[in-house]
Amino acid sequence: MSNIFQKIWAIGVYIFLYLPLVVLILFSFNISKFAVSWKGFTWKWYEKLLSNTGLIDAAINTLVIAFLSATAAVILGTLTALCLQQYRFRGKQVVKSLLFVVMIAPDIVLAISFVVLFIFLGISQGFIALLIAHITFCFPFVAVTVLSRLDGFNKYILDAANDLGASSWQTFRYVVFPMIKPAVFAGWLLSFTLSMDDVIISSFVTGPGYEVLPLKVFSMVKLGVSPEVNALSAIMVVVTIVIVFTAQLLLKEKR
Amino acid sequence: MKERNFFRLFSLSLISSWLLFFALAPFLFIVVTSLLTRDINNFVSIPFTFANYSIVLEHAFQQAFLNSMYLGGGATILCLLVAYPFAYFLANVKEKYRGILLLLVIIPFWTNSLIRTYALVFILKTKGLLNNTLLALGLINEPFEIYYTEVAIFIGLVYTLLPFMVLPLYSTLSKMDKTLLEAANDLGANKFRSFFHITLPLSVPGIVAGCSMVFLPALGMFYVPDILGGGRELLLGNYVKSQFLNAQNWPEGAATGVFMTAIMGLLFLLYKFSTRKTESKGVFYE
Repeated sequence: MSNIFQKIWAIGVYIFLYLPLVVLILFSFNISKFAVSWKGFTWKWYEKLLSNTGLIDAAINTLVIAFLSATAAVILGTLTALCLQQYRFRGKQVVKSLLFVVMIAPDIVLAISFVVLFIFLGISQGFIALLIAHITFCFPFVAVTVLSRLDGFNKYILDAANDLGASSWQTFRYVVFPMIKPAVFAGWLLSFTLSMDDVIISSFVTGPGYEVLPLKVFSMVKLGVSPEVNALSAIMVVVTIVIVFTAQLLLKEKR
Repeated sequence: MKERNFFRLFSLSLISSWLLFFALAPFLFIVVTSLLTRDINNFVSIPFTFANYSIVLEHAFQQAFLNSMYLGGGATILCLLVAYPFAYFLANVKEKYRGILLLLVIIPFWTNSLIRTYALVFILKTKGLLNNTLLALGLINEPFEIYYTEVAIFIGLVYTLLPFMVLPLYSTLSKMDKTLLEAANDLGANKFRSFFHITLPLSVPGIVAGCSMVFLPALGMFYVPDILGGGRELLLGNYVKSQFLNAQNWPEGAATGVFMTAIMGLLFLLYKFSTRKTESKGVFYE
């Protein structure tokens, strides 16, 4: 494959991925509510959004769930990776297979499994159910990402740290963690992304008591989604990009 | 030594109990539910029965199954065709640009895919952006009827699932031993030949992983045909959703879920087979 062809193809793919987002943001500034043609610039959808508490709450809930579940998934996933790499234990193969199954099972199958489980456990639709579900489908991805990083490094480094009198915590803090930090960060980002993007599992495990964006928007689709949603999406894209890039900059400076 | 044992005990029990309660138990519950009888008040009740699996004989289920195979399979092939040259490009681009180019692939995902699917409506509608632009440019005289057709569903599925094809492909292609290509070159193979004899065979695990990660979710993406196809083309996902959320027929919904898990198992065997042939452990557990 020639270089020029590859570049053109890649640009095409990026345009395909970003066109809907650009359209979404552009039309958050359009005066007309339904027309696709451009009728002029306005801030009015942003003003209307401010008074639409339902929509804003749903957006905040979505962000809160994504942040909490990504953070919990990183802790659980990193622990899993460390255990799989360092210990021999009974049922290791079972743990590996379950992680794999959760990763590739269709969301809809996970969704109905959670519904049945939560009914059985008496956990009602809402915050807790959503959080458990999101942590569960995110953390295997963290485990795999961290594991692939761990596999790359020399095991004798750990013995060396041990011989030099480091405690387990010191070994983790000063030897292991610095090495897996990029993978941990990538795992967090991946979990955050999967959680923000999820539609299927959210629409099964949460309800009117704790609304998230996909549910709110799905109920609007039949009547026509108002440009307030466009405005909200525009704000969320910008806010998320700022958060992630600031986090990355902070991590880099500390290094 | 004591603290190490404590850490080991703590983390192993945390992980095992989490997986036991929130991964294994729910899967088992689904199997049990699929064997119970429908009950209007309590969702399910005994006696145990295999009757729910007779849905495979029902027309609605068969239709959903065939549609899923067609739409999911088509979307998978399209994703592969679009993603392969792209992943190849990512794997060979200068190292310092790779991080940012990969990040650019996942940024769109920070906007919920339901909202992005809705944005596609704006573009694909009969009086939408695509048709307006093409008409204004004089490239067409009649607007395309894409919205509410299966073409729109294909576009929606490919759009939502493309990164799941790109990432595994990128992962295998970037790990490939480049000296093999140099050797082939030295031995007089042209680019075409070394692609079909080296690059393509070595990337088979990535292709199978990517295809599974596109095809399986595609079966369940009920909102894509709901929004872009006008709800006419039903996927297995739509079928499960209506059994669970509308018809309150959990046993049949669960049976469909078990059926989909079986499809997953088949694809997994295929993946195992493909990695054994190339003697690598594959992209899931590197």
